[in-house]
Amino acid sequence: MLSRTADNLYWIARYMERAETAARLLQVGARNSLIPSSSGHRSEWDSLLHAIGTAKAFKEKYGDPVQRNIESHLFFDRDNPSSVASCITAARENARIVRTALTSQVWDAINGAFDELRQMERMPRSELDLARLTEWTMRQTAMMRGSIEATQLRGDGYHFLNLGYYLERADSTARLLDVKYYVLLPRVDFVGSGLDNYQWTTLLRAMSSHRAFHWAYGGDVTARKIGHFLILNPQCPRSLLTCADGMVTHLERLDRAYHRQSTARTQARSMLAELAETKVEEIFDEGLHEFLTRFIRETGKLAAEIHESYLNGDIR
Amino acid sequence: MTTYFNEMYENGAVRGPYGQLDDWMRNMPAELRQMKQAEAEALFRRIGITFAVYGEGGDPDRLIPFDMFPRVFSALEWGKLDRGVKQRARALNAFLADVYGRGEIVRAGRIPANLVYRNDAFEKEVVGILPPKGVYSHIVGVDLVRTGPDEFFVLEDNCRTPSGVSYMLENREIMMRMFPALFRENRIEPVDTYPDLLRRTLASVAPPKCNGEPVIVILTPGHFNSAYYEHSFLADLMGVELVEGQDLFVEGEFVYMRTTEGPRRVDVIYRRIDDDFIDPLCFRPDSMLGVPGLMDVYRSGGVAICSAPGAGVADDKAVYTFVPEMIRFYLGEEPILNNVPTWQCAKPDDCKYVLENLKELVVKEVHGSGGYGMLVGPKCTKAEIEAFALRIKAKPHNYIAQPTLALSTTPTFVDQGIAPRHVDLRPYCLVGERVELVPGGLTRVALTEGSLVVNSSQGGGVKDTWVLAG
Repeated sequence: MLSRTADNLYWIARYMERAETAARLLQVGARNSLIPSSSGHRSEWDSLLHAIGTAKAFKEKYGDPVQRNIESHLFFDRDNPSSVASCITAARENARIVRTALTSQVWDAINGAFDELRQMERMPRSELDLARLTEWTMRQTAMMRGSIEATQLRGDGYHFLNLGYYLERADSTARLLDVKYYVLLPRVDFVGSGLDNYQWTTLLRAMSSHRAFHWAYGGDVTARKIGHFLILNPQCPRSLLTCADGMVTHLERLDRAYHRQSTARTQARSMLAELAETKVEEIFDEGLHEFLTRFIRETGKLAAEIHESYLNGDIR
Repeated sequence: MTTYFNEMYENGAVRGPYGQLDDWMRNMPAELRQMKQAEAEALFRRIGITFAVYGEGGDPDRLIPFDMFPRVFSALEWGKLDRGVKQRARALNAFLADVYGRGEIVRAGRIPANLVYRNDAFEKEVVGILPPKGVYSHIVGVDLVRTGPDEFFVLEDNCRTPSGVSYMLENREIMMRMFPALFRENRIEPVDTYPDLLRRTLASVAPPKCNGEPVIVILTPGHFNSAYYEHSFLADLMGVELVEGQDLFVEGEFVYMRTTEGPRRVDVIYRRIDDDFIDPLCFRPDSMLGVPGLMDVYRSGGVAICSAPGAGVADDKAVYTFVPEMIRFYLGEEPILNNVPTWQCAKPDDCKYVLENLKELVVKEVHGSGGYGMLVGPKCTKAEIEAFALRIKAKPHNYIAQPTLALSTTPTFVDQGIAPRHVDLRPYCLVGERVELVPGGLTRVALTEGSLVVNSSQGGGVKDTWVLAG
């Protein structure tokens, strides 16, 4: 397949997953902001912006981090390349370019999302509360994912789509976990308090894993259990380990089809091996934030390697 | 008041080819019609047949209005068009091979040397190169209008990269889906062989250095191009890659495309970008759309480019006047299809006549297309005509003029019901080892009452075009 086509497919998936992340962030933030803030100097919304790295751009454009502005920023804002509107538009444009590499169901899913998005942009904001925005986004991304699973040929295009999904999801889980770090940052003595647990629970909700978590662990919600669940548990569909495993699977299938061994695969394998051997205590010993920062950097390196190995068109 | 030939009704009676459609039309309740029209539009939207218009604000994805009332030709009528279009396509290709070779037609004094060699579209870079099978223009779109039962005129030829064939194919698909009964009652020649014929045509002109099954690609300027949908549609139907310039590179004596498995050699390029942009080393150095070094590979027989660079010199509006002459000169035949009489403003006598009779004439730019920058005299106000006269006087060689033709009409669904609207026709002739024409084409219709301009950019729509089996 053309390298450019593969690149487009990979980015369609990344953009869709990124749109979902923006919606999940909105959910985390909204829930966290519902409980009274006891730290005077930093609001919950502010910490969220810090976690996703757009605090500065946000402040310049909107000023105060109040909910309505955050909704604009994370959902509607075309100046924010990670907003839901930007991501769905970019995914749809990419899909238009590689129309013939997608089934008509997949095209319908993304094109339909884009049409609805444009309708929503014309609606009065009073009709679009936060829950509606986030639920809508999640439904669209699920339809897209479902159409791909149900109808795409299991060829290299399918593998590139999945690589995009897993890579972006790994990055997003790590970043969502890191929001929690920023929330906690001002007052370390909150750790273990009721407030602390409430925030952890919110995080689980944002990943639609609230109930799954209880089934898997039972008992009290603790930081360690959640860390284990979202980082190391192979049953959790969003855990870093699941994502690494997915990347390895699809890279292996690609290499088998292409009769070669890419450096991207080697790198993904070592990422998976490390996660498989890590214990949750070790993560908290290293420091959750430090661990996540390192993981996000590794993911970035793997993305660059996938680009080199398949997508940049200079493969010999 | 001009009377226009109505293709369906003549002297109050229904003409033969439209026999079955009279009942169909009369028996269709207004609600059903509206429902079907909405269904058609939804189908077009879903399939994604839109043409992208960027930079004008508003929705970038627009639909060309589709009229459900088909346009019909009898086998006999089509037979003449078929022979006429193929004849023209042969003559145009013979002309191209000649002017990039010995230039016999110029030496014989049948066409002025200036018109050919000083033409902007004449590429001195390809002089002396004979493309595979001697074919320059592999897809010739001939724009035809009709003024009477047996009167057809060629308005212009398109030898470079005529677009619109995807509408011919999709209009048919949608009609068959919405009105299957019509296709049972009428014996309508299929058009869906076109992609296959196109692929075979392209494969038949593979370059000398190609061994084995030729690898064909379509080269597009990219997804911002208004015809991008058509490019991807044809690539899909032919099962070939749709590439951009950045996907190709030249190494040694061949062209390769960049794939996830490494370089893959390309033998035939059906390009949908202009000559000027295909190779920055040979033509415009600022082109980002082309492939550096492509022309070197082409010259040495490593790749075929369709249409061949330089093909544009045959479809220029001034050269058009001489096509009947080409048919006589190269084929020794009389033209089956007539040209429209044309005045060239570059000639002082013609120019004088044109300026005196603007009210009756249609004036076009020599290199214009898409219905832009043209004057339809009878439809213009005095002030508009005066303004246009100044433009002609400033640059006479830039304009040609033709009489305002009484374009035929066919019944068309409009808001008030059914009304006659003016139409033209573009069949797509394929030239490779063989010359082929699928029985059909793109009928464009001027949806505005009284309008003679059928271009989609000026409010035109499209219709399915039927050729009945003999």
